[in-house]
Amino acid sequence: MFDFETIRIIWWGLLIFVICGFLVTDGFDFGIAMLLPFLGKTDDERRVMLNSIGPTWEGNQVWLVVLGGIAFGAWALVYAVLFSGLYTAMLVLLFGLFLRPVGFDYRSKLPNPRWRSAWDWALFAGGAVPVVVLSLVAGNLILGLPFQLDADLRSTYSGGFIDLFQPFALLSVVIGVALLCLHGAVFLLWRTEAALAERARKVIFWSSLVFSVSFIIAGVWVAIGLDGYHIISGIDTTSINNPLAKTVEKANGLWLDNYSQYPGLCLVPLHAIIGAWSVVWLSAKHYQGLSFLTSSLVVICVILTAAGSMFPFLAPSSTFPTSSLTIWDSSASHYALQLLFVATVILMPIVMAYTTWVYRVLRGKITVADIKKNNNILY
Amino acid sequence: MISNEVVELSRLQFGLTAMYHFLFVPLTMGLAFLLAIMESVYVMSNKLIYKDMTQFWGKLFGINVAMGITTGITLEFQFGTNWAYYSHYVGDIFGPLLAIEGMLAFFLESTFIGLFFFGWQQLSKMQHLIVTWLLALGSSLSAMWILIANGWMQHPVGAEFNYETMRMELTSLADIFFNPIAQVKFVHTVAAGYTTGSMFVLGISAFYLLQNRDVAFARRSFRIAAGFGLASVLSVIVLGDESGYTVGEVQKAKLATIEAEWETEKPPASFTVFGIPNEQTMTTDYAIKIPWLMGLVATRSIDEEVGGIKEILKNNRKRIKRGMIAYDNLQKIRQDKNDAQAKSVFEEYKGDLGYGLLLKRYTDNVIDATPAQIDAATRHSIPKVAPMFWAFRGMVLAGFLMLFIFAASFYYNAKRTAHKQRWLLRLAVYGIPLPWIASELGWVVAEYGRQPWTIAGILPTHLSVSSVDAGQLYLSLAGFFVFYSVLLVIELFMMTKYIRLGPSSLHTGRYHFEQEGGEHV
Repeated sequence: MFDFETIRIIWWGLLIFVICGFLVTDGFDFGIAMLLPFLGKTDDERRVMLNSIGPTWEGNQVWLVVLGGIAFGAWALVYAVLFSGLYTAMLVLLFGLFLRPVGFDYRSKLPNPRWRSAWDWALFAGGAVPVVVLSLVAGNLILGLPFQLDADLRSTYSGGFIDLFQPFALLSVVIGVALLCLHGAVFLLWRTEAALAERARKVIFWSSLVFSVSFIIAGVWVAIGLDGYHIISGIDTTSINNPLAKTVEKANGLWLDNYSQYPGLCLVPLHAIIGAWSVVWLSAKHYQGLSFLTSSLVVICVILTAAGSMFPFLAPSSTFPTSSLTIWDSSASHYALQLLFVATVILMPIVMAYTTWVYRVLRGKITVADIKKNNNILY
Repeated sequence: MISNEVVELSRLQFGLTAMYHFLFVPLTMGLAFLLAIMESVYVMSNKLIYKDMTQFWGKLFGINVAMGITTGITLEFQFGTNWAYYSHYVGDIFGPLLAIEGMLAFFLESTFIGLFFFGWQQLSKMQHLIVTWLLALGSSLSAMWILIANGWMQHPVGAEFNYETMRMELTSLADIFFNPIAQVKFVHTVAAGYTTGSMFVLGISAFYLLQNRDVAFARRSFRIAAGFGLASVLSVIVLGDESGYTVGEVQKAKLATIEAEWETEKPPASFTVFGIPNEQTMTTDYAIKIPWLMGLVATRSIDEEVGGIKEILKNNRKRIKRGMIAYDNLQKIRQDKNDAQAKSVFEEYKGDLGYGLLLKRYTDNVIDATPAQIDAATRHSIPKVAPMFWAFRGMVLAGFLMLFIFAASFYYNAKRTAHKQRWLLRLAVYGIPLPWIASELGWVVAEYGRQPWTIAGILPTHLSVSSVDAGQLYLSLAGFFVFYSVLLVIELFMMTKYIRLGPSSLHTGRYHFEQEGGEHV
């Protein structure tokens, strides 16, 4: 079907596609959860916020499960190295994710205000903790992680949880939080009305501002103050994996290699910034559907900006650059990649089709009146 | 060397979190189908009470499924966090199965679950019914792919070791899909889920009948649960998992330890109903045996042999020694790819490489293992007998008790007097924990019974762990302990609250606590 080199590139693309799918869909769920205690002034308003995503967030979260499955299936070594190396971070992420399913389902089943307020904060944590941890991990992936592979391809990792809190990674957290608050607020503006929608509009402005400033700082930082990675020799893009055969250079500014080689790529980060301000403008002009599409584009551009500068690296090693994992030496076998590709191109369009149908069925604004009317049915 | 402490803590964590997850999974699978059945009756008969049933049992379904989703992600994370070498070693096979499960089944289930709860007004009756069926289908399809993955761990087919990448690689998805073990496991586990859902609805309906409230609602629920439950529990028992225990060496060791069959018996083997297995003397004290039964159950024949423990151990010792040769030559090839001599020897012995790796627990080099170390590895090449023996019998006993409850309920239902049989109603209430006991014990048999392997005959559990330190594991175990305890308390609180309220929780104005005379809560 495809040769080994091509199918690896396709799977790099599909990995990015699933990351985008996850952050575009579940991204606004996280954003709304982070905004929940601040934008919802009354219990009814908070219920409006929860019910704007209530029926669909579970499907959105499956993107994360599929992301894990695809990392496991197409890039098992990357999955193994990252999840075991980032052990504590992954568990914190997991414990954060615990709070959402129960939070949504149990919160409004009892009228007690203290019960509900406790769950509101739990849901807030269920949104904030995953965003913080994932942004922290993304920042550290760009920095490189301290791991090493032995001859049996068993990895050892020489850092702790606290070591993840590097200045650049903290900046990534600011970007991640601002980006998803923006995305969440745009969705909220689209699906709600009145005072709540007005507050969402303010969030859109401020999060756009924070996002674009921090995103530009990060770009400058990567260009002049950060080590990037580059394969010098020993890689064969068509043969089976051998992650220990290559030599990798680590030096300042190397992450911009792909951008200087293909200057057209610069349009991607540029669109992230332009997009963020277009969202502000579009939402002010009441083009709510269009502003949601645009903020989705911003999310995608941010992911592509990082992916484009790291290609072909998936997980660089800061302490033993030779052990770095790239798409040429940490993929599944040729047969497994082809097979999973067939499964993915058949299944994902079906998934996206019925997901779209579900969103269509549930379209329209959620109001406080709806909550009062369906008090016993809604979250 | 990998520390035993890390291995044991990782096993404990995976075992506990998997068993905890499986408190919620079977009920999800079973209730989803019961909801689909109830709603089908509603659409066909147009009787509102069946819609109320779908919605009320749906509420309990929702409380349960929230926990199922919460605890399910844990397992996917843990392969990477705690079993990194496993993930690398078999990711080529195991990973695609999980990915397909997500895209094919979990998306289906999770996307339609929202519409099930919130789509009653937006959808036509028929559309909503289809959504409910898709939800039920999604949950069982999800189980199918997970059990195919699990079946592969028990009996790894369709894959081959690649010495250049140091891992197993996929050679045939069809072999993995049609793995006989996977098929047996799927039917057995899914039917067990349907039984769980039925026992849950049966027991709670019996509780309402005993209290003499919402009788019309409870009788209809009871009837559906009794019928579906009887069919399900019969499938579980007739299509028992143990029929898969004759394929492959590791599965045979499971069978022998379940049965505490120390010596190979002449076919057809007898079944030990009761006894005290004695690991030291390798005998079963006070054994009560039923002739023929074991041979029939396990081999479905009267002339096939069921291997005994002593013979299995002898065979394993041979394979460990052959595995040392395989390991030795693997090292040579890894040093020098062009070593043709080593390659041809490795090809001959590679089927036993996994048995050689069992020695890694005792010596890093494998090839320098002393006879005492080989003996130790042999002794630990099968699971301990007593846990297998008792867990299996506990599971079977729970299964037959449920068969009795469902059969009696079905019988009195047919006579239309079930609601008057107070002894039966009481039995149904007390019987609610039975399916959970059976399921958990069943997983002990299946997974503890696979030890000392994660992938039977290929990868020892000992080698599968991540290079993490014990401190991290104690911390994560403590985290799970706190989160899971608190969540379980909350879940049980919600569950009992809504069970007590019954269909009155729907606020339709038609049920007990909403009527005059019904006390308010």
